[in-house]
Amino acid sequence: MKIRRNGSVLPEPISLQRRRFVQGLAAGGALAGLGLWSAPALAGSGPGARPRELAGTEFDLVIGETPVNFTGRPRMATTVNGQLPAPLLRWREGDTVTLRVTNRLAVPTSIHWHGIILPNGMDGVPGLTYRGIMPGETFVYRFKVGQSGTYWYHSHSGFQEQTGIYGPIVIEPHGADPVGYDREHVVLLSDWTDQDPNTVFAKLKQMDGYYNYSKLTLGDFIQRARRDGFRDAVAYRAMWDKMRMSPRDLADVSGATYTYLTNGSTTAGNWTGLFRRGERVRLRFINGSAMSYFDVGIPGLKMTVVAADGQNVHPVTVDEFRIGVAETYDVLVRPHDDRAYTIFSQSMDRSGYARGTLAPRAGMEAPVPAMDPVPTLNMSDAGMSMAGMSGMDMGGMKMDSAAMGSANTAGAAGENHAAMGHGAGAMGAMNGAAGGHGAMGHAMGGMDGMASAAKTGGGMMEVKHHPATEYGPGTAMHASVVSTRLDDPGVGLRDNGRRVLTYADLHSLDGWLDPRDPGRTIELHLTGNMERYMWSFDGVKFSDAGPLRFKHGERLRIRLVNDTMMEHPIHLHGLWSEVESPDGEFQVRKHTVSVKPGHTVSYRVLADARGRWAYHCHLLYHMKAGMFREVEVL
Amino acid sequence: MSQVRVSEAVSMKHRALAAIVASPALLFTATGAAGESPDHWPPPMHDNVVLSKIMLDRLELRHTDAGNLAYWEGQAWVGGDINKLWLKSEGGVLKGRTEEADLEVLYSRAVTAFWDVQGGMRQDFRTGDKPAREWVAIGLKGLAPYRFDVDATAYVGTSGRTAARLKAEYEVLLTQRLILMPELEFNAYGKKDPARGLGSGLSDAGLALRLRYEIRREFAPYVGVRWTRKFGATADFARQGGEAVHDTQWVVGLRSWW
Repeated sequence: MKIRRNGSVLPEPISLQRRRFVQGLAAGGALAGLGLWSAPALAGSGPGARPRELAGTEFDLVIGETPVNFTGRPRMATTVNGQLPAPLLRWREGDTVTLRVTNRLAVPTSIHWHGIILPNGMDGVPGLTYRGIMPGETFVYRFKVGQSGTYWYHSHSGFQEQTGIYGPIVIEPHGADPVGYDREHVVLLSDWTDQDPNTVFAKLKQMDGYYNYSKLTLGDFIQRARRDGFRDAVAYRAMWDKMRMSPRDLADVSGATYTYLTNGSTTAGNWTGLFRRGERVRLRFINGSAMSYFDVGIPGLKMTVVAADGQNVHPVTVDEFRIGVAETYDVLVRPHDDRAYTIFSQSMDRSGYARGTLAPRAGMEAPVPAMDPVPTLNMSDAGMSMAGMSGMDMGGMKMDSAAMGSANTAGAAGENHAAMGHGAGAMGAMNGAAGGHGAMGHAMGGMDGMASAAKTGGGMMEVKHHPATEYGPGTAMHASVVSTRLDDPGVGLRDNGRRVLTYADLHSLDGWLDPRDPGRTIELHLTGNMERYMWSFDGVKFSDAGPLRFKHGERLRIRLVNDTMMEHPIHLHGLWSEVESPDGEFQVRKHTVSVKPGHTVSYRVLADARGRWAYHCHLLYHMKAGMFREVEVL
Repeated sequence: MSQVRVSEAVSMKHRALAAIVASPALLFTATGAAGESPDHWPPPMHDNVVLSKIMLDRLELRHTDAGNLAYWEGQAWVGGDINKLWLKSEGGVLKGRTEEADLEVLYSRAVTAFWDVQGGMRQDFRTGDKPAREWVAIGLKGLAPYRFDVDATAYVGTSGRTAARLKAEYEVLLTQRLILMPELEFNAYGKKDPARGLGSGLSDAGLALRLRYEIRREFAPYVGVRWTRKFGATADFARQGGEAVHDTQWVVGLRSWW
């Protein structure tokens, strides 16, 4: 990093800078005639750069193609106003905003305002709420902003969300903000691939685990045999192989093709947000990825979570949080020292990370921690009961150790946690067994364990029924026992010695939108087949499914049961998802609800907005494979 | 990899262009009253993509007792999640002469999570003095419990001939890219076919171990060893022809797909 005498930063090598300038100029030139543009584009901005911000009530957004270079290989991105991420839109609660979106691509496009409650026609889903924005066309969105907080927007067409059309939305509250802060930064995390997303999708369909370079190998087998004995190691392997599942099925698309970005900057680019010592800094985290969950921590700083999905929550202080695709979290940090801090966002499968920096001055850097070891799913993540496992020629306790080991042994071996700056403290012997909140802990407890767990925030629930449609080629797994607990940090985060946020920690400041009890429950199973790369609800992909019909004004419950080995961020457009605690009390209001493997989650919906709404898994390639439904509110 | 293309269905693009040409008013419409009813909107997403894959599972040189045999075994498919057209072919060339060659053209349908039913035709080509044979094929292909990749096919030919072929593969990951692949193969015939040197019953079996290195997923050179054995009357025919009944063969080859 080069620092000038006055302390400002030379952001990039000259050649790169010039190329970007030229790109920006070209885009600016093309748009100048329309009077939409004031500054050159800076796709892939460097240190100290902020996403460009547009504020007010009138917005002009132009969708086009912009050359970018994240890996040394020039590529074409789809962008908004020539920027990646798209410009930050700053709205005010109560205002009516007008957004003119012009399509300069050769193909149709769209913009969806993620998490914003608005009239159906403004939601921006081609095929459901409008035709989409055709090439050369300008679509005018106009709606009243009735909420505040951190949200985002993205294309809902093709794979444009993967190729760059995503940006932050910050809505200032009409009244006083319950969150006090001196400074704020948006931290938008995303994943970039140099491959054509159509190719990525094809590879996933052509070969199971194409991007997975963390599969269990002979080395893992030997390690396990040394620890648990040869017989157990064989039994462990056989147990997974019998199901034709992989305990390392953590992410479909990995760092093998992805470059992870913080506000559009690579780890080398090191996006930097400035602070003054002692300031309360509000970080608005947005996961704008196509496929990547991130585990986020800032070694040396405690983070106080104050909002989730734009909705204020009772403050909770953590070391780390997992952010699902499309979720947002607002956290407060208060750096007291005159030093830099690394915002470290490792992908859930530990195949890579995004990195940014908080610093009192531009150009400073803090150490970047090593990634945690690659986690391994355990049998309860696969929705397997003890009964199911005992049929596999293994003694009960041996089975426990075999399955248990998977969750955290790797963690014990790896010792990278100290590097995170929170101390390696609690990560000693065998973790999960003692850790009350690991789902495994409860599966092990047997019936007694379940009973006691039920009083303390959930437990294991037998899945008595699977839809008949779940027995076709599209569904490879049927959970027999799922956890209702919200306090499981999830695979790779259990008992890692850090305080990790869970949904059980999230309590919205507001209560139910409607005090009525749900009139009915719609149970949907999250289904898939990794081998064939098919994804669906209840084993039926979008094109084979009719809409889910809600009656206008009705109060209902949706229960999601995860019959896959993966975590799915499920997003309902147009209506809030009010997550219930395991005992049915109000927990948190969200727009995207992440459901862990081996889990079930319930939320209430108030069907108070007519229209045709999209309802889907926000993992882009899952959605494209068919994990999508229309919700029609009549 | 070429530049990122931002593509939607081509037909949609054309329709969009046509719509714009036909209706200039669309260019700056307000709030989406595009004059088109929802019936004409494209679906929110296309989850019925047609893809294809061409696999050259083996392209190898076998060091047999009769000399170096160049051998191929390949498959290709085109289709969607459930229905595919599937081609399979294998064969060998020894000293410039094709020893054996067949081609199967199959309709493949996914019937369960891990299994496809495949049915169609197999053609054994005439090679040297061995006559051609035609078969109707019906089989099962998929992933058996414990992750065995299985391809089992039964054949019915002319003149009351029947045959069966079973192949099973397994993968042992030594590292993420270095993969050991055991393979078992059996062939059986319901009726002897002296013209092709085949007796009835189990005719031959092969066991191979191949060690491949995936430079890329799609490109993996390998080395290996293969044991073969002929049985019963098939073995007798081989002896009469001066061929070996048992053979241990070193192989070197390339596995690729695209």
